[in-house]
Amino acid sequence: MPFWTWAGIKAGRASTQWPARGPDGQEGVLGMPRWQPEACQNDCQRCAESCPTQAIQRRGENIVIDYARCIVCQSCVESCPEGALQSSGDWAFAVRRREDLQWQAAVESEDGRMLQQKIAQSLRRSLHIKHVDAGSCNGCESEIAALDNPFYNLHRLGIFFTPSPRFADLLLVTGPVTTTMRDPLLATWEAMPEPRLVLAVGTCAVSGAPMDAGYAGGTGLDGLLPVDVWLPGCPPNPAALIHALLLLLARQPQRVQGGRYVD
Amino acid sequence: MSPALFAPAAEIRQVEPAALETTAQDCLTQGMRFLCAWHDWEDDLCVLRYLLSRPGNRQFLLLELRGHRQLPSLARSVPLLGWYEREMQELGGVTFTDHPEPYPLVIHEGYRIDSPPLGPEAESGQMHGAYAPPTMPELRNDQVQDLYWGPVRADFVETGEFHFSYIGEAILHYHPRLFYKHRGLEKRFVGLRPEQAVFLAERVSGVGSVCHALAYCQAVEAAWGIEVPTRAQLLRVILAELERLYNHFHYFGLLAKTTTLKVASAEGLLLEERVKQLNGRLSGSRFLRSLLCVGGLRRDIAAEHLGRELEPLIYEADAYLQALHSTASHLDRLMGTGVLPRQAAFDQGATGPVARASGLDRDLRRDHPYAAYGKLRFNVPVREKGDAMARAEVRAESLREAFALIVQAAGRLKAGPIRTEFTVPVGEQAGLGWTESPRGSLLYAVRIRDGRLQRVKIKSPSFSNWRVFPLTVHDTNMMDYAINEASFGLTIAGCDR
Repeated sequence: MPFWTWAGIKAGRASTQWPARGPDGQEGVLGMPRWQPEACQNDCQRCAESCPTQAIQRRGENIVIDYARCIVCQSCVESCPEGALQSSGDWAFAVRRREDLQWQAAVESEDGRMLQQKIAQSLRRSLHIKHVDAGSCNGCESEIAALDNPFYNLHRLGIFFTPSPRFADLLLVTGPVTTTMRDPLLATWEAMPEPRLVLAVGTCAVSGAPMDAGYAGGTGLDGLLPVDVWLPGCPPNPAALIHALLLLLARQPQRVQGGRYVD
Repeated sequence: MSPALFAPAAEIRQVEPAALETTAQDCLTQGMRFLCAWHDWEDDLCVLRYLLSRPGNRQFLLLELRGHRQLPSLARSVPLLGWYEREMQELGGVTFTDHPEPYPLVIHEGYRIDSPPLGPEAESGQMHGAYAPPTMPELRNDQVQDLYWGPVRADFVETGEFHFSYIGEAILHYHPRLFYKHRGLEKRFVGLRPEQAVFLAERVSGVGSVCHALAYCQAVEAAWGIEVPTRAQLLRVILAELERLYNHFHYFGLLAKTTTLKVASAEGLLLEERVKQLNGRLSGSRFLRSLLCVGGLRRDIAAEHLGRELEPLIYEADAYLQALHSTASHLDRLMGTGVLPRQAAFDQGATGPVARASGLDRDLRRDHPYAAYGKLRFNVPVREKGDAMARAEVRAESLREAFALIVQAAGRLKAGPIRTEFTVPVGEQAGLGWTESPRGSLLYAVRIRDGRLQRVKIKSPSFSNWRVFPLTVHDTNMMDYAINEASFGLTIAGCDR
């Protein structure tokens, strides 16, 4: 034991100071592909055909993109002959309104619905999270567990995981909500004191894609729980998770509006 | 519909139900090992397949029973088949007579599906029902306490429900109820175009994305007779071993957490993070997703200098593992904990580091080489004791071997094509694909007709090891439980599918 104390002191600090400054640790990590409609050919449907989760669909003359269904597989980027879809580092995709994940030609000027003033104030600095895995592939859990490693060191932001829903401010849900997890998930929600928040983590929890076609897989949290922040990604990386948590606490701005990413 | 599907990876032997039991016994006597079993409805014909490996033989053996939907259970003589049979019974419309474990496995008490989703009918019902506690063996003693732990547990762990019956510290009986995360993935593949379904294989078990996608791609490549270029074969090895690296570091981070070494735990998790960040820089995905495809790789990656880039990590990993190995309090907690005897490991189907820690010298990379493993040198660590210590030692050594494999493979990379172009054949084909994942043997069996997937069977390593794990918990104590569980390094997503 004394050896490990010494080893820890000697190793020094490994945590990033991000988002205040310093690296986010996601160099090279690809996020949601960006769409440039100017470059798009009207009669081409290759991106829609290549998308395995129907995140891109053709409606009449128009291409409709729903990032709530995007699993970041980059197939559309490879299939587009005009380069209208480009790989990007746009992974901080947490939004307060699910509609903001749908690409829109014109962005509404509305600032997005803010959290109720009371909740925002009562939770502004610190947050206790109850996690429920409602049928994920374990990719999201792997990245949530990474928040606890010395690089991200989530505690430095005053955010903690709690074993009991009784002490939790936030319910963090992963997975499409399988048939057998529906009851335990709702029971956990019922056990939480108010005010309580919900964060849908991963494309599965946001829309059910790509599991939604099954006999036992669900379609995410839409219509099941009142979600405060939606974070698609397959899986969202730890920095995207931190961004979503800080967005929830109104400590970081939303980056996406009308399906468009603002740098 | 030719009976020669799955050749040449396996020698196929037709068996009649009456001869099944004696054939199985003969196979066991000859030292063969059952790897997995699955059913398939080829139109209206039910086909059952048992896959076996034979000692010293690279070709598998496949026992095939055609045209029977009711069969004698083999679970008494080959216990590891117990779960496969129960799953087929619940999802596939096949029945096994005289099954020694007639309890629900995948579909919990309180739930039902009106027609079996992998049965003869094309359309399946939806699963529906409500939560009900499982029926547990009744233990009559006023000192016995029952603990229901889960399905929602502490921290950020996967969903599973664990039932303990115990007196004081002593665990009398332990029963995990899994399959809360069952998403019906094998059915989800059906009807997709094989070359487009890689994304789904990557999402069966997130921390096994590469091994799942690789086994799946190899199964389709075997079915369609596609030869993958050398560069892609080497890069596939590199990707698979990078996956092994971050998984094993995670393993030691968790193991040290259960032996209450906070700094050692942090160090292990930090090493995991560094590999994931390297993955991100190298491939655009921390889980190395969206790279593998049928025929090779979707895009090239610059891995020529990976050996040099990994050098500091190799030294740090070595120092870390040595430091763990000289921490008495850590070792004390591992020695003699959760012993899995060799015979139980064999009978119940243990795989990967768990099997190798109980003296079973098996590794698909060496015994049935795939990708570029046949051209590379590596050792397969084996221990005899079968305790948590042995499992940790096997993991530590295979972590070092993973580094050695990456350095070797990177050193052999030469410029060249990374993908073989192919045309999708008409008619019916089938293929087997396998990988030795960080947790053990992973198998995909696919059957394709006219360019559409008809049946995909996924055998994940955790499906095997979860069956084995309770054997090491009965008659032990509560204090050791977390250490023992961490020493197995199980995931639930792959098991549940």
